[in-house]
Amino acid sequence: MRAIFRTLVITAFTMMHITANAQETIKIEPSENIQEILLEALILAEEGSTIELAEGFYELSDGLSLDVNNVKIIGAGHDKTILSFKNQQSGSEGLLITSDNVWLEGFAVEDTPGDAIKSKGVDTITFKNLRVEWTNGPDENNGAYGLYPIDNRNVLIDGVIAKGASDAGIYVGQSQNIIVRNSKAEYNVAGIEIENSYYADVYDNVAIHNTGGILVFDMPNLPQKGGHSVRVFNNHVVDNNTDNFAPEGNIVGTVPRGTGILVMANTHVEVFNNTIVNHDSVSILISAFPKEYNDPTYNPIPKGIYLHDNVMERSGANPDLDIKRLVEPATGLPIPQIVWDGAVDGVWAALFGPDDAEGIFINEKPGTTFVNMNAVLDMILPWGASPDMDITEHSDVYFPTLKPVKLPQDSQ
Amino acid sequence: MLRQIPLNSVLKTSLMVLAMAGTITTANTTESGKTTPQPTVSANSPMLEQITAVPNMDVILARRPARKLSDYGLFADLTNHVVVDEIVPYDLITPLFTDYAHKYRFAYVPNGQAAQYTADEAFEFPVGSVLIKTFAYPADFRKPDQNIRRIETRLLLRQEKGWAAWSYKWNEDQTDADLKIAGDAFEVNWVDEMGDTQKVRYAIPNRNQCKGCHVIGKEFSPIGPKARNLNMDYSYSTGPQNQLTHWTNAGILDGLPDLNQVDRVADAFDPSQPLDKRARAYLDINCAHCHRLEGPASTTGLFLLWTETNPVRWGLNKNPVAAGRGSGGLKKDVIAGHPEQSILYYRMNSKDPGVMMPELGRAMIHKEGVALVEQWITSLKND
Repeated sequence: MRAIFRTLVITAFTMMHITANAQETIKIEPSENIQEILLEALILAEEGSTIELAEGFYELSDGLSLDVNNVKIIGAGHDKTILSFKNQQSGSEGLLITSDNVWLEGFAVEDTPGDAIKSKGVDTITFKNLRVEWTNGPDENNGAYGLYPIDNRNVLIDGVIAKGASDAGIYVGQSQNIIVRNSKAEYNVAGIEIENSYYADVYDNVAIHNTGGILVFDMPNLPQKGGHSVRVFNNHVVDNNTDNFAPEGNIVGTVPRGTGILVMANTHVEVFNNTIVNHDSVSILISAFPKEYNDPTYNPIPKGIYLHDNVMERSGANPDLDIKRLVEPATGLPIPQIVWDGAVDGVWAALFGPDDAEGIFINEKPGTTFVNMNAVLDMILPWGASPDMDITEHSDVYFPTLKPVKLPQDSQ
Repeated sequence: MLRQIPLNSVLKTSLMVLAMAGTITTANTTESGKTTPQPTVSANSPMLEQITAVPNMDVILARRPARKLSDYGLFADLTNHVVVDEIVPYDLITPLFTDYAHKYRFAYVPNGQAAQYTADEAFEFPVGSVLIKTFAYPADFRKPDQNIRRIETRLLLRQEKGWAAWSYKWNEDQTDADLKIAGDAFEVNWVDEMGDTQKVRYAIPNRNQCKGCHVIGKEFSPIGPKARNLNMDYSYSTGPQNQLTHWTNAGILDGLPDLNQVDRVADAFDPSQPLDKRARAYLDINCAHCHRLEGPASTTGLFLLWTETNPVRWGLNKNPVAAGRGSGGLKKDVIAGHPEQSILYYRMNSKDPGVMMPELGRAMIHKEGVALVEQWITSLKND
């Protein structure tokens, strides 16, 4: 039986010749030579077509890729249509997308040697109700990223489950206009990570049992840097106490076990209405880029960070890495709920605080604990500087209103 | 009716076989490895029709690829891998590594037109041009001219909308090759220069994988035919001549400046050339089609073009970005003096799909390439 057959939804035959966007549906089901069948379907798909993946277990031997605009790949559900790459012999990701206006929905990508799903240079992509997972659990030999959109515009991640990535379960890098919502990241090093990106909303997600729950990063020496305008809100960030299993050399390898939310080197990040519970090291960490680098156009300092209305419970009793090494000796246990390394731009900012727009603003409920480690001041003053635990210095807010991110593919 | 062909055309074809010393001429190879002239083809020979083949422009420009390599009319004699008269063979100073496959390259520029010279990028070829590359393994690398098995021929077709890329897998009889849209993978064996048997799961790339390397920005682009890669002598039937001069004289290249103003990469495996140039030439042809600002690996910030002058960009003391377990637990892309601590070296020296670089185009480790990069990193200093 042929595993692939085509159903023309368009009835008028002449329409086929008029429109370049044939509304074709290509149906695929698991079979012996599924690798070639599926790859050929992806390569020969016409713009506007839908590739339907029937329920079943698809064993792939090499990476898949899509380079045709306006294509949907739809499975029968993330627990029904399973693409397994356990025996993948080539390709550094399971599925690679390089075309615009792509919609992926209702399937799982399991056990890739490299990244699970990568999209590079894409304008408008949707990841909906997918699962990306390494089924053996946390392991440094797992692939790096679950979802890996990079250098994209208009990224919608909705209802995705990401498990076991040795870097980030859900990662968006060097992109613009991003929504990550209704998703669950567990047993990754980083649950959800927004890196070197502009305009992102991360909300209504669950980050549980990762090393760090939600990370907002900016890194040097990259084509797009100066990450800014990120809102992280209404998320449940719980029990992110898995030992860091990232291979050394990766920036997420520096994330202490038990970090709820980490903001590093970004500008204008608003973190609010999150529930952040039970973390060994810290509920919210704000820090500068911690490694040596050589990039004169890069600013490693976080600027304009606003934390408010978060619920923070039980954190800092058993800290890890830099929180243990640098913070615990200064504050004792438990570590304050919010830690800022105190790295600021220059001597003036160190002595008198950063400019209004570049400050760290905090409006949390009374009793919230905080420390400014005064990293820069400690370096420039001959007698050093001690950590400052006065949270009220940060309650005057000069923070721009960040507008909700709107995406063309999002009707919600 | 068979067309009468002039004798000199037959002779030229025979001479082309000679010019391609080291290419596929098994039937005409003597024990000493020297090729002998082809037997003259008589007017009633069945080969006549093939020899009169001309490139079929309709097929070259068609949106859908031909099912067979023979449909393009690029070869006068497919069984002996002889291209038609106006197609020019060429070589690169330092080639890309593809699991030790031998490669035979040809350029076709349609009559009366010419590719436009550019200093640093691939030449601008006119519509209708074809770049042809055949991958093959001699049965025994100690006798590279004998028992050659052709695996695949890749075509880059310059069409109205840009370049299209297709690969054709040779049949068992080596008489023609079939289109492989979704690629293919199969075992290939040979005996290497040391007399050891080697085998590899050879992979024919699918169309998307072709684009995985051959893309600058959103545009498909050739990689090899750049001035700096071609700027050397080639043994033509008429004798050795600089390839760029030859292309210009043949009328298929416009705008070539004085040769001493033209860049030239080093031969990566010529020990008489400077080590730094050799390593950078190797990284340029093997890595820089992706690892450049306009390439698929732009987001890594690791740029390995021959023309890149900023040491951080080519990896010196550069932090990895999204290496994952590709970092191998190492902290920098390149650490001067320490290949064993350099991620660049680690990933070149791996066959694991989640680690190895390049991602595509090899299943084996290029021992000589890895040794070159090891020697180069060892020689580097921080200054």
